[in-house]
Amino acid sequence: MIYLDANATEPVRPEAVAAAMAALAVPGNPASVHAAGRAARRVLEEAREGLAARFGAEPANLVFTSGGTEADALAIHALGRGRRCIVGATEHDAVRVAAPEAESLPVDGNGIADAEALRRMLAAGPPALVCLMLANNETGGIQPIAVVAALCRAADALLHVDAVQAAGRIPVDLAALGADSLALSGHKLGGPMGAGALLLGRRAAGVLTPLIAGGGQERGRRGGTPPLPAIAGFAAAAAAAEGADRLAPLRDRIEQEAAAAGAVVVGAGAPRLGNTTCLALPGVPAQTQVIALDLAGVQVSAGAACSSGKVARSHVLDAMGLGALAGEAIRVSLPWSAEEAEVADFIRAYRAVAARVSRTAA
Amino acid sequence: MRVLVAMSGGVDSSTVAGLLAEAGHEVIGVTLQLYDHGAASGRRGACCAGQDIHDARRVADRLGIPHYVIDAEARFRDAVIADFAATYAAGETPVPCVRCNQTVKFTDLVALARDLGCARLATGHYVRRIEATAGPELHCAADPARDQSWFLFATTPAQLSMSLFPLGDMPDKATVRAAAARLGLPVAAKPDSQDICFVPSGSYAETVGRLRPDALGAGDIVTLAGAVVGRHDGIARYTVGQARRLGTAARSGGARQVVVALEAATRRVVIGPAAAAARREVAVGAVNWLAPPMRRRCLVKLRARDQPQAAELVPDGAGARLLLERPALAAPGQAAVFYEGSRVLGGGFIRRPAATVDAGTEAAVSARPQQDGGVAQR
Repeated sequence: MIYLDANATEPVRPEAVAAAMAALAVPGNPASVHAAGRAARRVLEEAREGLAARFGAEPANLVFTSGGTEADALAIHALGRGRRCIVGATEHDAVRVAAPEAESLPVDGNGIADAEALRRMLAAGPPALVCLMLANNETGGIQPIAVVAALCRAADALLHVDAVQAAGRIPVDLAALGADSLALSGHKLGGPMGAGALLLGRRAAGVLTPLIAGGGQERGRRGGTPPLPAIAGFAAAAAAAEGADRLAPLRDRIEQEAAAAGAVVVGAGAPRLGNTTCLALPGVPAQTQVIALDLAGVQVSAGAACSSGKVARSHVLDAMGLGALAGEAIRVSLPWSAEEAEVADFIRAYRAVAARVSRTAA
Repeated sequence: MRVLVAMSGGVDSSTVAGLLAEAGHEVIGVTLQLYDHGAASGRRGACCAGQDIHDARRVADRLGIPHYVIDAEARFRDAVIADFAATYAAGETPVPCVRCNQTVKFTDLVALARDLGCARLATGHYVRRIEATAGPELHCAADPARDQSWFLFATTPAQLSMSLFPLGDMPDKATVRAAAARLGLPVAAKPDSQDICFVPSGSYAETVGRLRPDALGAGDIVTLAGAVVGRHDGIARYTVGQARRLGTAARSGGARQVVVALEAATRRVVIGPAAAAARREVAVGAVNWLAPPMRRRCLVKLRARDQPQAAELVPDGAGARLLLERPALAAPGQAAVFYEGSRVLGGGFIRRPAATVDAGTEAAVSARPQQDGGVAQR
């Protein structure tokens, strides 16, 4: 079995397993006053401090959530209050569904946001909350956040950045990006599922109201007992993440071989994460490719995963103006653990599938 | 061999997957998502997939086979639901299950099976595929109560050669349920589906009206002589042979009246005595031949649940003419399927007659009234 679907979830790193196991052995609740509580609290706060330092936030302004989706929802709920929302056309559903009334910020053929359009949109109305992802889950395309942040500052707009796919793969720093908030997910960088974080800049920290108030945990910003093992694993995984640069040559080899087999590489004209490629095979439905590869023991995906398991058409690729190709593209995302032999196996399977489906189509 | 199994989430196709896996085949399960279940049920936040897809996945988990959900929403909307509404709007009575078998299932899934390197596509249909020297033949199921051959007449010879129908030889449904229980399938006791799948509320007229409001436009109920005897609220609510929904017109002239014709252009529902609705000659279009086309005696079924009746089959260009031994009701849009014994020779869609009434049909007619709308499901 070859797992090349890291953007769905990264394999858990051994450092994360060790940290999570250690946290499982801590009996206390971080909110308790006794010794066990203090021990648990120490695990929680060390994780918070480590993550905050790594991603450019004050520890006091890092709110643990259940994952990236909740972090996005919390940011939009709090920062979007009294503001109109402007959302990138290729955002994840975690953002799109949380801001259903949002104006859509168009992207070019490589999936990169149109800064000039954003400037016009910001000038054309009252103060906004802009949501733009750092790196796209389907193409790996990296948005020019610094440029967008400057536009937002000039227009008195707030900027929320979904950095779920970028974290662990490229340097991510809330302060350096100039964003007001940043969403992270533990399992997308090799931690366990069940923990994420919302990082807040100075402007956002003052306006954050909770989605779940409950027992007042996380300084009243997110109620509920935090999942200590997942959080400890999240912090350990982030510390161990070495970036995706090592994977870029493997990714490039996949692209060369796939192109030779008839594939079109989508979004290659933009800066991208080193682990991600989006490959379209003209005339072959994405679901056929995903199923055929799975039956050959190679696991990739297409579009965003739906809970029904169906391969739905990609709104990301539609927004990029790909036309029919939008339904014919798969995403190959190399995990941190990817090896050359696995890449070679993928290439063999991909070639065989491409040859068979083009033969039956003819 | 590697087999693609079309799994609906019901007991029949689940049992097919289980039996094939048990026999040692490499089974791949697929479930078609045909429509947005959440939208169709009108429940906000309901999953697009619905319970049947969930059941199919749980059966696949139980059997330890790979399973995939295929997004066929757009294809189903264009090929089946749009045709369903358009056929009603044209004053005919559609058979959506035939269209679905013809397009989404036996065209698209056979293509997918080939793309995935499968030797066969297996379904839970109750029909038999019998090998003969000239190639595979399509036959009625062993259990006449479950036979679905009428719904599969449009399966082409090429599709038939890729198909596998493991339930065709089952003596009855109880045997299938027993097999499901023996295999430990969680759907062994699941009730059979009853409605047209994309009309869960059972009100197909609403579905038609959303797509083709003209099919629900009010109009006159008239006699064969053209006298207006009542009003109706949409020709989509009627089918030829139907006796209900005629109001006081139902007994005009003393005799029980049934729908004789539907005129889409004028929105008229034409009624007459049941005997007048019966025809001796039936024109059939878009015929799929599963035997060499030739003039011959055969049995024919004009409705899903009819007893077969004797007729002479006359190939005629792209279609055929049926000369029935005894006049019978034939609703345009429904299927006419030709049999020789248990073998399906072919079939097509009943065309509207050139003239509404076939003279000289005063003889006894086996004219069982149709139900409202006349849509059969399978």
